[in-house]
Amino acid sequence: MPRVSLIAAESLTIRLDGRTILHDVDFALEGGEIVTVVGPNGSGKSTFMRALVGALTPAQGRVTRMPGLRIGYVPQTLHTDPTLPLTVARFLSLPVRREAGKVTAALEEVGLAGTIATQQVGSLSGGQFQRVLLARALLGDPHILALDEPTQGLDQPGVAAFYLLIERVRQRLGCAVLMVSHDLHVVMSASDRVICINGHICCEGAPTAISAAPEYRALFGHGTRGALALYQHDHDHGHDHGAQE
Amino acid sequence: MILDAFFFSALFAGIGIALAAGPLGCFVVWRRMAYFGDATAHAAILGVAIALMVDAEAVSLGVLASAVGMALAVFFLAGKGLAVDTLLGVAAHSALAFGILAMVLGGQRGLDLDAWLFGTILDVTVRDIALIWGGAGAVTLLLAWRWSALLTATVSEDLARAEGIDPARERLLLMLAVAVLVAMAIEVVGALLVTALLIIPAATARPLAATPERMAVLAAALAVAATTLGLVAAFVWDAPAGPAIVAASAVGFGISALLAGLKRIHLG
Repeated sequence: MPRVSLIAAESLTIRLDGRTILHDVDFALEGGEIVTVVGPNGSGKSTFMRALVGALTPAQGRVTRMPGLRIGYVPQTLHTDPTLPLTVARFLSLPVRREAGKVTAALEEVGLAGTIATQQVGSLSGGQFQRVLLARALLGDPHILALDEPTQGLDQPGVAAFYLLIERVRQRLGCAVLMVSHDLHVVMSASDRVICINGHICCEGAPTAISAAPEYRALFGHGTRGALALYQHDHDHGHDHGAQE
Repeated sequence: MILDAFFFSALFAGIGIALAAGPLGCFVVWRRMAYFGDATAHAAILGVAIALMVDAEAVSLGVLASAVGMALAVFFLAGKGLAVDTLLGVAAHSALAFGILAMVLGGQRGLDLDAWLFGTILDVTVRDIALIWGGAGAVTLLLAWRWSALLTATVSEDLARAEGIDPARERLLLMLAVAVLVAMAIEVVGALLVTALLIIPAATARPLAATPERMAVLAAALAVAATTLGLVAAFVWDAPAGPAIVAASAVGFGISALLAGLKRIHLG
């Protein structure tokens, strides 16, 4: 019997303000899988993610989610208005009320002190806030962790620590991970599957296979350099679109 | 002199509005809807003028219909070309201009335009009070019922959608709530000052509150206090009630801002 996909997109097309951002995307995410979405800036990576979690309505095609699917969504950016007083504890209980004990446990799991619960969300550093967003996603006991560039604005050690954390959390929950990332070296070492998006899915496959694909090389690789070069990929690389930290 | 039936009617009406205006005003502040509040209030002036031409008894209905109509128009036109503040500016001032023209040219020369611009709380009738408490009660119940979804949609529309909440629906509900409350509150403070009743107590509560719920409750308490003090001042000094209420609110805001400033200096 075929497995039911957690989430599936068929001929998905998304238009924003009359512009077609994504077209004819077919995609399915299976339980426990780690899938990373890569692509240049403005390629529709975040749009793809937002459409899958239900934040955008398709212009054509459709997205099917497994009945009762729980998604722990970590958005790319979240700006809280300074006029809105919001403690970390209150933010974690939004929209579903969570017990104080569970809130503390979730904060500790992402490496934050439980005492941060009484701090204002607006007073957190970028790294702390990313971890709080992850803690919020964990509290829903998700089938899928959907992370949209979760390491944006973190320094190199911060990035490494964050990916280790995600891996630890995934092993405990056994959930699938769908992640938009600029950190190509991490993508290559930790993903089951890589999806390369540039307005549509231009190529996909296992990391080793995809790094050799001509479409992928055209976007990320320099001519003759192969998977090894990508594995060692640095942040000042000419075509590395993750260099805007 | 203060223990007067007019005073208690006015106070009772004012407190009804204040209790709903506090929490709703928090959303107006969080979501930057102040200009939208003005637009519904100005539309209400047009509603008064149109209602008076048709049936003088239907003024309350005219005010409510025009405020709700403005909310619906802005909701459906927003994002279709013009920036929201431009759209609101066009809609609000057009409604006000046509409303004043219609009042003056529509054979309503005896009409007290000032009463609609600055409020007539001292003449509230039992029917007005019933309408105010009905409208304000409905707004408060709506906020209590949708609180969690409204708050999530306010924090992040994407996060809300991922949780199965439709932010557009929550936005529409809030806009309708503001329209209803503005229609009720115009009687108290008038079209020109009605947005102040929503915004000032919420802004006053902000530095004193750590969570959205505490800010909402505090804003309601501050609105009630300002309404009471303003009305007492209006009776004692025979001053217009609407401006007195808003002025009392503004003094509260000044004190709160001062306390917040001192706290910041103290903390270094």
